[in-house]
Amino acid sequence: MITKPGSQVQEKYNQLSNYKEGNSVKIIVCVKQVPDTAATMTVDNGAISWGDAPLIINPWDEFAVEAALNLVADQGGEIIALCLGKEGETEAIKHALAMGADSAVMVSDPALEGADNVAASKVLAAAIQKIGEADLVLFGQQSVDTDTGLLPVQTARLLKWPSLTLVSKFESVNPGDGKIQVLRSMEEAGQIVDSSLPAVVSVTKDYGEPRYPSFMGIRKASKAEYPVWSLADLGIETPSSSIAWPEVTEPVQKEIVTEIIEGETPEEKAKSLVEKLIAEKVL
Amino acid sequence: MTKKILAYIDHFHGKAQPSSWESLGLAAVITKDLGGETAALILGEGVNELADTAFQYGADQVLLADSPILKDFRPEPLADMVAQAVKDYQPDLVIFPTTSRGRTLAGMAAVDLDTGVMVDVIGLDWAGGEISTTRPIYGGKLLAKLTCSTSPQIITLRTRAFDKPEPDSSRSGSVTALEVGLNGAGVATSITSHQDKGGGVSLSDANVIVSGGRGVALNPALEPPADLDEEAAEVWKAEQGFALVQGLADVLGAAVGASRAAVDAKYIEYDHQVGQTGKVVSPDLYIACGISGAIQHLAGMRSSKVIVAINKDSDAPIFNFARFGLVGDMHAILPPLTSALKEYLAG
Ligand SMILES: Cc1cc2nc3c(=O)[nH]c(=O)nc-3n(C[C@H](O)[C@H](O)[C@H](O)COP(=O)(O)OP(=O)(O)OC[C@H]3O[C@@H](n4cnc5c(N)ncnc54)[C@H](O)[C@@H]3O)c2cc1C
Ligand SMILES: Nc1ncnc2c1ncn2[C@@H]1O[C@H](COP(=O)(O)O)[C@@H](O)[C@H]1O
Repeated sequence: MITKPGSQVQEKYNQLSNYKEGNSVKIIVCVKQVPDTAATMTVDNGAISWGDAPLIINPWDEFAVEAALNLVADQGGEIIALCLGKEGETEAIKHALAMGADSAVMVSDPALEGADNVAASKVLAAAIQKIGEADLVLFGQQSVDTDTGLLPVQTARLLKWPSLTLVSKFESVNPGDGKIQVLRSMEEAGQIVDSSLPAVVSVTKDYGEPRYPSFMGIRKASKAEYPVWSLADLGIETPSSSIAWPEVTEPVQKEIVTEIIEGETPEEKAKSLVEKLIAEKVL
Repeated sequence: MTKKILAYIDHFHGKAQPSSWESLGLAAVITKDLGGETAALILGEGVNELADTAFQYGADQVLLADSPILKDFRPEPLADMVAQAVKDYQPDLVIFPTTSRGRTLAGMAAVDLDTGVMVDVIGLDWAGGEISTTRPIYGGKLLAKLTCSTSPQIITLRTRAFDKPEPDSSRSGSVTALEVGLNGAGVATSITSHQDKGGGVSLSDANVIVSGGRGVALNPALEPPADLDEEAAEVWKAEQGFALVQGLADVLGAAVGASRAAVDAKYIEYDHQVGQTGKVVSPDLYIACGISGAIQHLAGMRSSKVIVAINKDSDAPIFNFARFGLVGDMHAILPPLTSALKEYLAG
């Protein structure tokens, strides 16, 4: 099902400055469709609703697509966008293709309704294996809807590949030698990590601004066709989930009484604020 | 329905993330109510001192593995050790702090142990011995109640959502050394070097945060050096603005935060970004300077106890979420505010 780099693509590689046989990378980028981050979220009869807010690619995943595009521009290769979702959840894939991904795979099965992260990672791992021969699987840092940030490491664990999380820089990627070096971010310090390939990498915002899709890219993406795989296509049973969400609620907003600090001069306002903060016992 | 709880102590080269102790505080509350015991899990090299601290914060016993293989943060061998410790100790509940490392190890251990993870938990209920958790989703716009049907239950706690216990220096206990059945050769990753992150007060653990937005660069009174191009001149102005923010933060012992607009314009590093695509914080006091209050920024700081907004636009949305609002130019207000606070705090 997967389009192998065709002659046109091959031509593109041959023009690349860093392209050398054996150094081209096959990258799978995992992307998810989510409601816009500006959406007003409500719960109606237990069901989550974002009204008529637009659906978008998970913003964190744009950094992963951007990283994949830069790696392939440098050394040749192929990018496949992979999305697990309900049928018709095409925004993430379309955006990745419009940015420049070469092809896409959607995984969709009614049996996956309510799947937790471990279950979802089993499905992604199976799809990654079916696509086959990837050097790198890139993820975003986390989903802006469920906010878990678990899938990259869980998928890596299932594949028995190294997890390189919160990566802001690729120092080198060498599929020929099976090696990669990245800069990973932690609270206290950055870490230069050497690892074997294939590997799973989650890309953080610090990587750099993702590009906007070009007009041509958007046109190409709107016409793109890609396979939709079911669990049967992947050859796996429905993975069981242990996490359930019996209840979602709108948080009770605490009543905020805003007091505007008055004063003729900045000095007066400053003094008045300090007095209020003392009275509020936060100092 | 007693509970055995295992708390993972997250640290960098022996220096604990303060939120690790919040897990022990929560564990103590649960085991006081239901009975049971709490063990702290400490993995690393040269980490014996952390065991003493863990006892002071409430651990009944410590499971400790000390090995050069575990010195640097490499998820694979560490996750192997977590899974092994869980199999040995058989806890009902495993608690990690929601740090970069805690989240990673919780997720990997869950795969090994064939169970689920509830991340970024802000509330926990154990009525009748059945544990359920509450966590924010959609950037805090909704709250989900979660349950886990498999054992052990693994959770990560949002930093500062649970109280840190008072350390009790009279407490001690027994340390069980875990066998490290790994050899370094089998590990696929190696750490070549570390790049320091200038220190400063950490955003996630801070009691007080002073943040700057696009307004830090908007001071018409400033005249940048003539040899700078437009972009460099803007960054130069922003540096003067952030110096005022830093000055106030220093007086308050606060961390410095920023909006995404300030980060994207290269006024300050990404590590300082607060919000949906930055850090989620909940200090006692959050002072927003020249920040409009976009929904994605609010997602990161709305749970702060007291919010102060300094903005020259009286219609800025941030004022709807602020306890105190100062309408005016931050460049004019921050210097007298800093000196007034300095005076007060000096006694
Ligand atoms: C997917 C996505 C994720 C995002 N994630 C984040 C995130 O994590 N964090 C985040 O912060 N944003 C995030 N944003 C961006 C967010 O929507 C806003 O664009 C951003 O927060 C605006 O930053 P700001 O308030 O500094 O700038 P502006 O909105 O430009 O506001 C500047 C404010 O400063 C005031 N001002 C100007 N000059 C002065 C002065 N001299 N004195 C006092 N006040 C002054 C102005 O009145 C104005 O209110 C995200 C957006 C998207 C789409
Ligand atoms: N349904 C999905 N399909 C494909 N990739 C996903 C999906 N959900 C999450 N991901 C990827 O996993 C990352 C972390 O997501 P999460 O663990 O859900 O926070 C995201 O940034 C995506 O790269």
